[in-house]
Amino acid sequence: MARSRAERVLPLAKVVLFAACLAPCGLLVWDAVSGSLGPNPVEALLHGTGDWALRLLLVTLAMTPLRRLTGQVWPIRLRRMLGLFAFFYVALHLTVYLWLDRELAWSTIVDDVIKRPYISVGFVAFLMLIPLALTSTRGWMRRLGRRWTQLHRAVYVIAVLGVVHYLWLVKADLREPLIYASVLTILLAFRVPWDRLGAMLRGVRVGRSGP
Amino acid sequence: MLIKRPSDIASSEITPPEIYRRRREFIKAAAAGIGLAGAGPLLLGGGSVLAETSGGTAIPNVRPSPFSTDEQRTSLDDVTHYNNFYEFGTEKSDPAANAGTLKTRPWTLVVDGACEAPGEIGIEDLLSGFTQEERVYRLRCVEAWAMVVPWVGFPLGDLLRRFKPTSKARYVAFETLLDPEQMPGQRRSVLDWPYREGLRMDEAMHPLTILATGLYGELLPNQNGAPLRLVVPWKYGFKSIKSIVRIRFTEREPQATWNMMQPDEYGFYANVNPAVDHPRWSQKKHRVIGEGLFARKHETLPFNGYGDQVASLYSGMDLRRYF
Ligand code: HEM
Repeated sequence: MARSRAERVLPLAKVVLFAACLAPCGLLVWDAVSGSLGPNPVEALLHGTGDWALRLLLVTLAMTPLRRLTGQVWPIRLRRMLGLFAFFYVALHLTVYLWLDRELAWSTIVDDVIKRPYISVGFVAFLMLIPLALTSTRGWMRRLGRRWTQLHRAVYVIAVLGVVHYLWLVKADLREPLIYASVLTILLAFRVPWDRLGAMLRGVRVGRSGP
Repeated sequence: MLIKRPSDIASSEITPPEIYRRRREFIKAAAAGIGLAGAGPLLLGGGSVLAETSGGTAIPNVRPSPFSTDEQRTSLDDVTHYNNFYEFGTEKSDPAANAGTLKTRPWTLVVDGACEAPGEIGIEDLLSGFTQEERVYRLRCVEAWAMVVPWVGFPLGDLLRRFKPTSKARYVAFETLLDPEQMPGQRRSVLDWPYREGLRMDEAMHPLTILATGLYGELLPNQNGAPLRLVVPWKYGFKSIKSIVRIRFTEREPQATWNMMQPDEYGFYANVNPAVDHPRWSQKKHRVIGEGLFARKHETLPFNGYGDQVASLYSGMDLRRYF
């Protein structure tokens, strides 16, 4: 049987997506080399990598709803790459923080992680991402079976931590983090089994009005 | 990456002697064989010093001041494109982009409260009635970055005395213009507008405390708080309120915007103090704007290095409590 059009396009889509995901990093490197990161280049890198980490995490979370809405499987085929790129940007973000922002002054870093809730939350999100990145391969999916799905539900918690990290670090203007929070809320709302929930509630009501 | 492109360098007119001196220092340093990494900040600085004109209006007869530091000045470009001025947006680049809507002429400053001669004074009278001095000060932001800015201005005390504060005047309160038409950032309630700040009377009368009318020899660019702003170099930058329309002598400690909003993060005094962390970041070090990506941070000094002049104002005070 001939392969479906979607499947024929998929390898190309992957290449394009790979380039698209790498582009923000490329731009940041380009700006760094050409000296166009602005008056505070370290801050620009820290914010740029943080922004893209969170954006890609949310795009990753949009793939399952997208499959349901379109009835296509391709969003699921692209999901792993998106998730790994989210991890990549978190790793860059952490590197910028440790190396350029904190200048590898470990005592102040430990201080930050312990004393400053927005850093603690970001750090926990990073730690939780590690096992997900490691088990993202086909082999691990097979080996873990149903437990793989359970494990990877941690991404919901990670995304919430990422948004909370952002909400807690801004000084006064909550607009941007609230935009991310709204998007995340919508994406998580797709995960709620509304029909089962409705049935349950109806069941309760039936139960109460029974003989 | 560290070298300014020629297009960034304004075609300057006459080179002031001090810049000759700096250039010579730079050449000496380069000749001394400092490696590229070490010379990076110097290269940047070299370019920055050249770009000293903005095409603005020069302030005449500006006198030098012994209070000026001879540290490397932050480039005019950075001083005017990295600003916290939430009246024009919350990003650092917003004020430069949006402050064009601010009308700084005519501009009237009202001075009232606990004084014998309350009144008003226009910006032109402020410029002509007070000897304008250049004060090159370190500026330390509460966000752990710093600049060196050649302000033009005059001591706040000189102005305050004209209005004859009474014995009840223990504090001085300041207010920024409130006009969402001119200040688009005020259309959202990010802060409790108008921006307010305050000083204790002795802080306000201290010779280091100035009202600035300009920088780099010219009238203040809008994004830096035109036409009149406070500069208190030993306090975090948010104390140095911009675009002031009102000064009031008060008996009680006046309201201060950031302090009202987050009292545990922004104190009324807000003296630069490496020993008291902001709850969300350390204040022990700061980054100097313009030094580039790989420059090391600098140790923050108590009172931003002005301790010899101002520490006595706070003798006997617990600076951890009154942060
Ligand atoms: C690994 C531990 C992490 C550390 C130490 C860390 C640290 C930081 C720091 C210091 C800032 C700048 C704060 C400021 O300028 O006041 C920041 C900003 C940010 N971080 Fe993180 N972060 C971590 C993890 C994460 C994760 C997991 C995400 C998202 C998935 C994330 C997303 C962001 C975002 C969106 C910003 C704001 C960028 C902006 O203002 O435009 N961070 N982070």
